[in-house]
Amino acid sequence: MDDLIIAGEKFSSRLIMGTGGAPSLEVLDQALAASGTELTTVAMRRLDPGARGSVLDVLRGRDIKVLPNTAGCFTAGDAVLTARLAREALGTNWVKLEVIADERTLLPDPIETFDAAERLVADGFVVLPYIGDDPALARRLEQAGCAAVMPLGAPIGSGLGIRNPHSIELIVEAAGVPVILDAGIGTASDAALAMELGCDAVLLATAVTRAQRPDLMAAAMKGAVVAGRQARQAGRIPRRRYAEASSPMTA
Amino acid sequence: MIVTINGATHEVADGTTVAQAVRTLTAATTGVAVALNDEVVIRGAWETTALSDRDRVEVLTAVQGG
Repeated sequence: MDDLIIAGEKFSSRLIMGTGGAPSLEVLDQALAASGTELTTVAMRRLDPGARGSVLDVLRGRDIKVLPNTAGCFTAGDAVLTARLAREALGTNWVKLEVIADERTLLPDPIETFDAAERLVADGFVVLPYIGDDPALARRLEQAGCAAVMPLGAPIGSGLGIRNPHSIELIVEAAGVPVILDAGIGTASDAALAMELGCDAVLLATAVTRAQRPDLMAAAMKGAVVAGRQARQAGRIPRRRYAEASSPMTA
Repeated sequence: MIVTINGATHEVADGTTVAQAVRTLTAATTGVAVALNDEVVIRGAWETTALSDRDRVEVLTAVQGG
């Protein structure tokens, strides 16, 4: 499969993993290994002196690049501070920008997200914003200097798949930066569909970490992303209303 | 003086530094970042940044999420 390139950095895997929801670091480690991911998100939280083990050790052990996010932020100001703390703690200027509008839907707030994106780009960050499936906002964020756009398929953790494939296609058509389908993936066919629609990568967590067998679902997602990418590049046949015989009907 | 470290109030001696506040939680110096009253304090400045009364110190690290 061809490489994914974000901000000049190459990845041979087009599956970006999140780390939320895993029952243990051991299960997470096995799932990440099975997924083949090379880029994985972490959140920033108050240090817990009683915590055992660290997600950072898991990523380091698998040679996976860390992508800090701003999960839990409701304002641009909070997100900018969290990104700066992540840069200081983790030594990366990459950030998955996530500014949530409310706790019930966890939908991204477009106004706060755009404000934060402008400030973080100006501060030298490689910004990957999580957004609704809004082609206009995606274009504005690209113009503001974001390194990718990450439209949702459906609300975080919902497993509802891609609710508006048409909007995702519109975003893909117009984008000059990678489009990463983020949130809503429930099973492998959802990930394959994202790639068939033309997305450059898929980010998912819950679909794997809360599956009954996370490592097996991670392997399924890995295969689905490859299959979807190949199908996109192969060029699917047009849909027809009626049958078209694949062999001659008359001798 | 009174300072808040990760949401908990502490009585500390005058001249207490950010580095000392961090050490109340962890001996680690990597993978950790500090905000003092919502501004990042870079690691190189922890030892030389003294706290003031009513300061809010946040000590963060990476956890599973997203």
